[in-house]
Amino acid sequence: MAEKADIGTLAAEERNAQAARKARLFCCGSTGCLSSGGGAIANALTEALAGHGLADAVDVVPTGCMGLCSLGPLVRVEVPGRDPVLYKEVDPMIARLIVAEHVVPAAGAGDEGFELPAFFTEHILPMDIPFFTKQTKVVLADSGRVNPERIEDYLAADGYQALQNVLANMTPQAVIELIADSGLRGRGGGGFPTGQKWGFARQAEPVNGEKFIICNGDEGDPGAYMDRSVLEGNPHAVLEGMLIAAYATGATEGWFYIRAEYPLAVDRVEKAIKQARRNGLVGKNILGSDLNVDCQIRLGAGAFVCGEETALIHSIEGQRGTPRPRPPYPSVQGLWDRPSVVNNVETLANVPAIIRNGPEWFHAMGTETSKGTKVFALTGKVEHSGLIEVPMGMHLREIVEDIGGGNPADKPLKAVQTGGPSGGVIPVDQLDVPVCYEQLTQLGSMMGSGGMIVMDADDSMVEIAKFYLGFAVDESCGKCAPCRIGGTQMLALLQKVTDGKATLDDLDLIRRLSRAMQQASLCGLGQTAPNPVISTLRYFEDEYMEAVIVYSDPSSQDWTPRGT
Amino acid sequence: MAKVTINGIEVHAEDGQTILDAARLAQVRIPTLCKHPDLPPTASCGVCVVKIAGQRGMVRACTTPVRDGMEIITQDPEIADVRRTVVKLILSNHPNACLTCGRNGTCELQALASEFGIRRETFPNIVADLPRDPSTGAIELEPAKCIKCGRCVMVCQTNQDVWALSFLDRGIDTRISAAGDIQLAESPCIRCGQCSAHCPTGAIFEYSQTEQVWDMLMDPEVHCIAQIAPAVRVSIGEAFGYDPGTNLTSKLYAALRRLGFAAIFDTNFGADVTIMEEATEFARRLENGKGPMPLITTCCPSWVDFMEKFHSDMIRYFSSCKSPHAILGTLAKTYYAEQVGLDRDKIRMVSIMPCTSKKYEIIRSDEMFASGSQDVDIAITTRELTRMIQQAGIELANLPAEQADNPLGEYSGAGTIFGTTGGVMEAALRSAYYFINGKELDDVDFKQVRGLDGVREAEVDIDGRTIRLAVAHGLANVEYVLNNIRATAEAGDEPAYHLVEVMACPGGCIGGGGQSWGVTDEIRQKRIDGLHGDDLAHTIRRSHQNPAVQRLYDDFIGKPMGDRAHQLLHTSYTARPEYRR
Repeated sequence: MAEKADIGTLAAEERNAQAARKARLFCCGSTGCLSSGGGAIANALTEALAGHGLADAVDVVPTGCMGLCSLGPLVRVEVPGRDPVLYKEVDPMIARLIVAEHVVPAAGAGDEGFELPAFFTEHILPMDIPFFTKQTKVVLADSGRVNPERIEDYLAADGYQALQNVLANMTPQAVIELIADSGLRGRGGGGFPTGQKWGFARQAEPVNGEKFIICNGDEGDPGAYMDRSVLEGNPHAVLEGMLIAAYATGATEGWFYIRAEYPLAVDRVEKAIKQARRNGLVGKNILGSDLNVDCQIRLGAGAFVCGEETALIHSIEGQRGTPRPRPPYPSVQGLWDRPSVVNNVETLANVPAIIRNGPEWFHAMGTETSKGTKVFALTGKVEHSGLIEVPMGMHLREIVEDIGGGNPADKPLKAVQTGGPSGGVIPVDQLDVPVCYEQLTQLGSMMGSGGMIVMDADDSMVEIAKFYLGFAVDESCGKCAPCRIGGTQMLALLQKVTDGKATLDDLDLIRRLSRAMQQASLCGLGQTAPNPVISTLRYFEDEYMEAVIVYSDPSSQDWTPRGT
Repeated sequence: MAKVTINGIEVHAEDGQTILDAARLAQVRIPTLCKHPDLPPTASCGVCVVKIAGQRGMVRACTTPVRDGMEIITQDPEIADVRRTVVKLILSNHPNACLTCGRNGTCELQALASEFGIRRETFPNIVADLPRDPSTGAIELEPAKCIKCGRCVMVCQTNQDVWALSFLDRGIDTRISAAGDIQLAESPCIRCGQCSAHCPTGAIFEYSQTEQVWDMLMDPEVHCIAQIAPAVRVSIGEAFGYDPGTNLTSKLYAALRRLGFAAIFDTNFGADVTIMEEATEFARRLENGKGPMPLITTCCPSWVDFMEKFHSDMIRYFSSCKSPHAILGTLAKTYYAEQVGLDRDKIRMVSIMPCTSKKYEIIRSDEMFASGSQDVDIAITTRELTRMIQQAGIELANLPAEQADNPLGEYSGAGTIFGTTGGVMEAALRSAYYFINGKELDDVDFKQVRGLDGVREAEVDIDGRTIRLAVAHGLANVEYVLNNIRATAEAGDEPAYHLVEVMACPGGCIGGGGQSWGVTDEIRQKRIDGLHGDDLAHTIRRSHQNPAVQRLYDDFIGKPMGDRAHQLLHTSYTARPEYRR
């Protein structure tokens, strides 16, 4: 095999090359910005640079998500010695103007007396607004800064140093202890301590010499795109996390399970694996050590339930994507009966940073029980919707009102939905709670994977409940009766409510049915499917009662259901 | 050992035992719809939920193993409410068609609804309009009645290794179907009926032909003959309140006569004839080194079908001998017809079988028409006969003991054990021993091939030669045996076995897909014991000593494996590898 360049050398070369640039132009190439016309921006920048003869002196860096998705496409300009400038809603003309305004003078390449049109400055997005200043980026630190399709970019940003350090200086047990000390918990929603999960897998005897690490990228909550953004923005960080997990647990093979609806994420992970393999980071004797791990990708076939770990495993095995009872847990008996660790994308993306900065650093962020940061997809009735990362413990109100910038229509907020179809609504008067696993559960919602939808007075809570329940009903795999039939019957009951035909007995039945689904469903999907119903009933019972009471008065003709 | 409490009662459970099983130690039966003792849990119904002290939320008793110190609560108002709600949900997704359902009175869902005292529909009925699939003519799928417990899929895939059935679609649209949404007859289905035997409701049911039998019985122009298979006599009693394994042979003869059959024969006679042929075939292959080893038995049509579809390289090892009821059918329309001077076209032969696959076997190849007509006209199952006896108002328990008719009714002990796994092997050995060295065995009990282990291997000595035997039942167990045969054949070594018996159904025919409902290993063992009791009760326990069989050969067939035997008693096999996985 050809001599491989040492990753330290590659990183240093890349850093030097970057430092020598007259300017670096970062343009968001995530699915969100691409769908608002971002695809043309990198080309426009490159063409403009070529027109000025600056093609070699300036980098145009297609990056992952920069966060403020509602104002995309975004372009960030970095000129050595100057403050970076961020542009919003960039089109090809603005792109050309950006080159004229920033790059040409910096490179001393032309006429500085160019007069900018007035509208140009309106595209400048101040970087001192709370949306940016109140965030703390760990998982997304390099998203928007590195080209996700170049391993050199990641290496220059200290990438794979954590892996190198672990392989050279730590025992697997020490890695597990370090992760346990950091307090990292599963970011897929359940919040199971990651160190503990790795410990179980470490203890499990390999079967046929095999043990697996699986990255769960089957994110499917409506409105949520955290994992997609992480995979698109910095796939090498997830891969590095997976390799460290493999070392710690003794896994011999890594699997990325990514939903097929994320073609860009799949493409970038595929490239990342290839580049890592080429550089001796995946495959045999990784970085000269005894670690042998190969990685591959499996596409999800479009079922939400395959985010449930046992259904995910069935899906990889080529079986119907239905869950099975646990125990045995996958860390003991998983994919093809081999011990298998299933970690969420964001969980793995945290790992390299924790190794690099130490568990104390991570531990210092967050609450007593929830450490580190959490990525949310903030959407709904807020001024700034997008992908955000905040330290655990930040109050919901701060996220909604400061980072989100409040309601654009100045209408009173009503509630915040978290946890997607498994979560619930938190009413506006309870927003002064810190974001952490336990608090959100106590409020009848849950952390979930990170969807956060802000709702105002225009939103009918019964309709919200119906929407989420409808999603769960569509996605039920059909294996267990409580979920398969219970969801459908519950949806019919909610329809009765919104049709104004429900009685008080129906509300009782909804509660009874919710309990049966929670207690008797086989997997998390069915157990949590009633949560949006229960929480809206808990905080907004009046909206249900409105429909019921009106119905009981047949003389009332002027009633129309909310939200229609 | 795990010390746990069930509702405060301390019991010592085995480590890893499920709560469902451990509860029995405290005399608690936790209700369940999907768990079957034969099968690993599918965990689909959600009825068996229980609480564990200190644990949030309920868990499924069928899949949760006990842990030392566990405090389990199986009954409180909340658990009862959740269970009742789940049963109501299942009822809401099931047709209200109990009165016209084949499982009326034996349905597990019906029993549970009754136990829970559900008197009205809480939820509106949502049942998809799904077509029936009677295409196999052996078992009938009625997917609208399916509660998605998953037993049939598991038994078809895991226990039988056939993979004909699967779930299609998802959510409320989930339905049971032949995999690939084709007709069951086009699928790899081998018609063993284990799916129907394990279905808790009427979603999979034998293809019922009782009305056709009634029509025949009421037709004055025809002469109706019944034959009963060995396994039927020790299972049918279960539907009439007898203990499993009770041998009702003589009452069944009486019942069949009262139903209007003109002659009552016994499939066990056919089994004795089978042994004459098969043991001769075995002795020849062994003696002359002619023909490949091992000889594999072929009494089971599902096994034959399975082999033709999935393991057709085994055809060369198969015995060419037809199954006992097929032989009896041929003989009834030739030998018997001649004796009584009847036109064979005026004879109707009805086989009463523990088996759904026999419905298919009777038309599976040209050799099933060896008499010139269809040798067996209809095969009905134990369950169909049960219904006919009930419909006729016959009080089985009070019937007198009667005898079968001549010349095809007399049988040896060897004939009757055909109904149990290992029985064909044992019967064959009893006669093969004599055919090979002209001496009779001192001890005819080959206990080493008995039992319920999925594969049983043994060696016996015949005339100084070591004969290697293998018995397999439940088709998932077959591959191991077949691979051993292939391995030694490929290596050119001594054959792995000399004689192999395979039965598709667990336990053999006594566990057949057409037997009385609710089979478990405990019941299988009792039925087996019933047949062994019948064997012991016979003074003649070797097929070749059955005087009626001797008369048949002397007067009609001639020599075993002779020309007439070949014409009437043997069949052939065809590879149908389109089903190769």
